[in-house]
Amino acid sequence: MTEQAYNFAYLDEQTKRMIRRAILKGVAVPGYQVPFASREMPMPYGWGTGGVQVTAACLTPEDRLKVIDQGADDTTNAVSIRSFFRRTAGVAVTEATAEATLIQTRHRIPEHPLTEDQILVYQVPIPEPLRFLEPREPETRKMHSLEEYGLMHVKLYEDIARHGAIATSYDYPVKVEDRYVMDPSPIPKFDNPKLSDCPALQLFGAGREQRIYALPPYTRVVSLDFDDHPFDPSKADHDCDLCGSGDSYLDEVITDDAGSRMFVCSDTDFCRSRRAAGHIGRLGTPVGDAA
Amino acid sequence: MTQMQRTVLAAEAPLLQVRDLTKRYGARIGCADVSFDLWPGEVLGIVGESGSGKSTLLSCLAGHLAPDEGQVIFATASGPKDTVQMDEPERRRLSRTDWAFVHQNPRDGLRMGVTAGGNVGERLMAVGARHYGAIRDTATDWLGRVEIDASRIDDRPSAFSGGMQQRLQIARNLVTGPRLVFMDEPTGGLDVSVQARLLDLLRGLVREMGLSAIIVTHDLAVVRLLADRLMVMKSGRVVEQGLTDQVLDDPQHAYTQLLVSSVLQV
Repeated sequence: MTEQAYNFAYLDEQTKRMIRRAILKGVAVPGYQVPFASREMPMPYGWGTGGVQVTAACLTPEDRLKVIDQGADDTTNAVSIRSFFRRTAGVAVTEATAEATLIQTRHRIPEHPLTEDQILVYQVPIPEPLRFLEPREPETRKMHSLEEYGLMHVKLYEDIARHGAIATSYDYPVKVEDRYVMDPSPIPKFDNPKLSDCPALQLFGAGREQRIYALPPYTRVVSLDFDDHPFDPSKADHDCDLCGSGDSYLDEVITDDAGSRMFVCSDTDFCRSRRAAGHIGRLGTPVGDAA
Repeated sequence: MTQMQRTVLAAEAPLLQVRDLTKRYGARIGCADVSFDLWPGEVLGIVGESGSGKSTLLSCLAGHLAPDEGQVIFATASGPKDTVQMDEPERRRLSRTDWAFVHQNPRDGLRMGVTAGGNVGERLMAVGARHYGAIRDTATDWLGRVEIDASRIDDRPSAFSGGMQQRLQIARNLVTGPRLVFMDEPTGGLDVSVQARLLDLLRGLVREMGLSAIIVTHDLAVVRLLADRLMVMKSGRVVEQGLTDQVLDDPQHAYTQLLVSSVLQV
């Protein structure tokens, strides 16, 4: 139940109003980083303080919340944020992607296609895609406002010069509607194509850096590349060992100290629902029989 | 470029017209009432002692500092425009296409964490080049033109000697074929034999590409070699200007006479 000492979803109404204003501005200017007065949250920076504030500002009592961390519903970060909102907002929670109306995510986009009735909230550590190339904030702001994005390609050039291919595998820079270069948060580049033309509203919150940005539904998002080194949304070249899926993003799990390993879907809900539907991978067992 | 082509170019209109340029730092002046014309293909040297306002003047010309008064009219592709009044996007576009700026310290002009190829390619990518192979070929070509071995293309500038860093900086600036190059003490901090090679290289590039250049230096030997015309500054004002040989061989102003006679004869 809601703990009466707190307002609905922890933040007071004026704060939520301020955050909603930032979100609306972000939606109006897709990919633009809107500054907002980030609050102290009862969790450390790096644990999703930005995402939590955006979620708090968007939640209604009727919402059904899903929280994932690297695709999983059952890791510490996901569990603690889910129970935080269950206690402070009293909203229903779920692990099923299709049933959720609001999904807060850290570093993944769910495999199940999203719909127009859903909001996807990303936790963002460093919202500025140019940060490691240009340390000065006034300069990066100027570069965004004047569309000077040549430097972003210098980073990709360096990748190819050193590794023979674009070695950036997560946090892969994208261009939104031919205007702003945006940091998609550290999602694997495998997920980048899902950013584009997505029916759901996508919101990005960076708590420590005090920035919110957004992708409205059906926004065109293009991953940066070179003509002769096109963008490649790669993944591990395996099938999931539990559910047998050949087209989901995989985690590599070391299973003993003799070098054996298995590949499993990073999206736990996707993997479970496939197994429930009867798909079984190399090392999988039918649902219910699992130890 | 042949002498005839240069004459034809020069016959058109000045590339840069500077009128009454003044920059004050509070009550003190940085530079005051500087006026001159720079013609296409011409190299102008600005000499003077430390604190005479030469670097301030160069920064005002290149748009790094906002002057308090005066005009800097550049012959852009779409006609002459005052770059002081120009809005910032346009000025920044100029500074990465038609202009180039060579810093005294290559560390100011290079990205030290990026390979030589990336440094040369940055301006190309900034103006829209998106083909890795083509960018790399151009970078290789330019490293060759500034006498850096092509095998060093994937090394960072921090692994280069001072002279190589300076040559790399020049390659990085000239790769987009600018029309006007600002140089702030391009040979400062280099030993004499490296200086000589760099000057040789610069002279070759300036002639070959038909560049106009404004070179700030306190080294009279540099302007003697490179500059067609010379401006002598003292306390923020231009005290004498004219053809380089004329000013150096027959200095009129007392300060210029002092400057010329201060050079040690070996």
